Amino acid sequence: MKNKKLSEWMQQFVFVGPGLLFFVIVVFIPFLLGFYYSFTDWNGLDMNKAHWTGLHNLHLIASDTNFWHSLGFTLKFTVVTVIGANVLAFLLAMVLSRPLKTRSILRTVFFLPNVIGGILLGFIWQFIFTKGFTTIGDLTNLPFFNLPWLGTPTTGFWGIVIVFIWQTAGYMMVIYIAALAGLPKDLTEAARIDGANSFQLLWSVIVPLIMPAITICLFLTTSNAFKMFDLNLSLTKGGPGTSTQSLAFNVYAEALNNNRYGLGTMKAMLFFFAVSLITVTQVWFTKRREVEA
Amino acid sequence: MERKANYSVPTLLLEIAAILLGLIFLSPFYFVLSNSVKTLGEILLNAAKWPSTYHWDNYKKVWEQLDFPHVFMNSLLITAFSVAGIVFISSMMAYRLVRRPTVFNKILFTALVASMIIPFQSVMLQLVRITSLLELRGHMYGIIVCYFGFGLALSMFLFHGFIKSVPLEVEEAAVVDGCTPYGVYFKIVFPLLTPIMVTVIILNTLWIWNDYLLPVLVIGGNKDLTTIPLGITKFFGAYTKKWDLALPGLAIGIAPIIVFFLFLQKYIVEGITAGSVKG
Repeated sequence: MKNKKLSEWMQQFVFVGPGLLFFVIVVFIPFLLGFYYSFTDWNGLDMNKAHWTGLHNLHLIASDTNFWHSLGFTLKFTVVTVIGANVLAFLLAMVLSRPLKTRSILRTVFFLPNVIGGILLGFIWQFIFTKGFTTIGDLTNLPFFNLPWLGTPTTGFWGIVIVFIWQTAGYMMVIYIAALAGLPKDLTEAARIDGANSFQLLWSVIVPLIMPAITICLFLTTSNAFKMFDLNLSLTKGGPGTSTQSLAFNVYAEALNNNRYGLGTMKAMLFFFAVSLITVTQVWFTKRREVEA
Repeated sequence: MERKANYSVPTLLLEIAAILLGLIFLSPFYFVLSNSVKTLGEILLNAAKWPSTYHWDNYKKVWEQLDFPHVFMNSLLITAFSVAGIVFISSMMAYRLVRRPTVFNKILFTALVASMIIPFQSVMLQLVRITSLLELRGHMYGIIVCYFGFGLALSMFLFHGFIKSVPLEVEEAAVVDGCTPYGVYFKIVFPLLTPIMVTVIILNTLWIWNDYLLPVLVIGGNKDLTTIPLGITKFFGAYTKKWDLALPGLAIGIAPIIVFFLFLQKYIVEGITAGSVKG
């Protein structure tokens, strides 16, 4: 009996131990420390010289217009890209679920931007916006291509939106295609026989049935868009000025450019609460619309 | 969706529209590749044209300045060891959590799943401190250990969902035949996990290969350990206006992962589908 118990402890240690150890060191402890450091004036260099300053960091943040601007930017960006990427992905999935001759090549093409990291995609598009677009603009005289892309806050915003959608749509498309392939044929056919038109079929039959996929895609796009960092850094560096700075970028810049780690940590904790609130609300909201086939 | 797979006129029109959109999707790659072999003068003159002469020299210069083979090896080693470790520790943990749902293990599972919502920015500053204290910074094993920690939750979750569907009878039979608990796991269960393992490997490879921020923070100034995203960023920063060097740099930077994708795309798409449906 005693041996059995010892063996159980040993197994728990061998199977769970390594993962738990790394998780605690890399995620759990830093996360808990964050609650402490957000109330200090830690400068990032010496842990012992971090003085407790109470709610001072919150006061600083309250009057930090850059922070609030970046929150507004991030919220607007999230709404626009979540809708844009998912509508495009869903349309692509609908089209590429049909028996097109080139559909497997096209699926690859639309998915391709996803395998390249955000950093490199941003650099590629920096070239497209600054050199490629101006050349097309000169050749075609289309005003769209002659805009000062990345040069103004508004065009910069839409520039990042375009790249983000270009990158994300293919991934969501793959998930939607899988969901559409799993639709029970008898239900869609029954709806057709009952005289449903294409729009009714889509809205009243297909969308409710693939709601689990919609939940996942919305969750992934929402959390990715809200946490956008790499693309932001390499495409606009938050510029011009700090007009296109995402929340994640603002946290990074506060700590590593201004050396205010305490303040940066407080921002990071607020960022965590915002991410949790937004993603949990969104999942709760879409989950309610899921139905059983 | 369609009842019959007959190829009608609307389908043809849809196909043409989809192909056109596909070409637009690919156009950034055209711009990078075609301009990467031009002289700077020709790029500035007309970035849309096919190059009049091919300056492969651009690539040669960039290859040497980036020290590409070295940077590539760093990325490869970090990704390979991190992913291998994540597969082992997360599958073992998931197995234990499924088979022994004690109170502690249930809480641990919930905590790990909940931790997936924490943005990297919320732990990164404290992580920098801790990695310095533990002397993990500036070492390759240091960043690999960090990836173990960050990759654990999602991978464990995917394995957990899969292991629940593995029948217990096989394991019991093995125990009767005299297999130790560890033998049961490594000889019986581990090989059965292959389908979800493919998913875990792919999702983690794409993420770790492309990651930028963690290497910046943990590798920091150690030039010997520069990965592809770090190398390209520094290179690009130094040559922002020298497109004749920046573009070939980008081209060789994205080439490995594109080749990886094109060879394994069937598994990648299946893996992402499986991962998201279970996730």
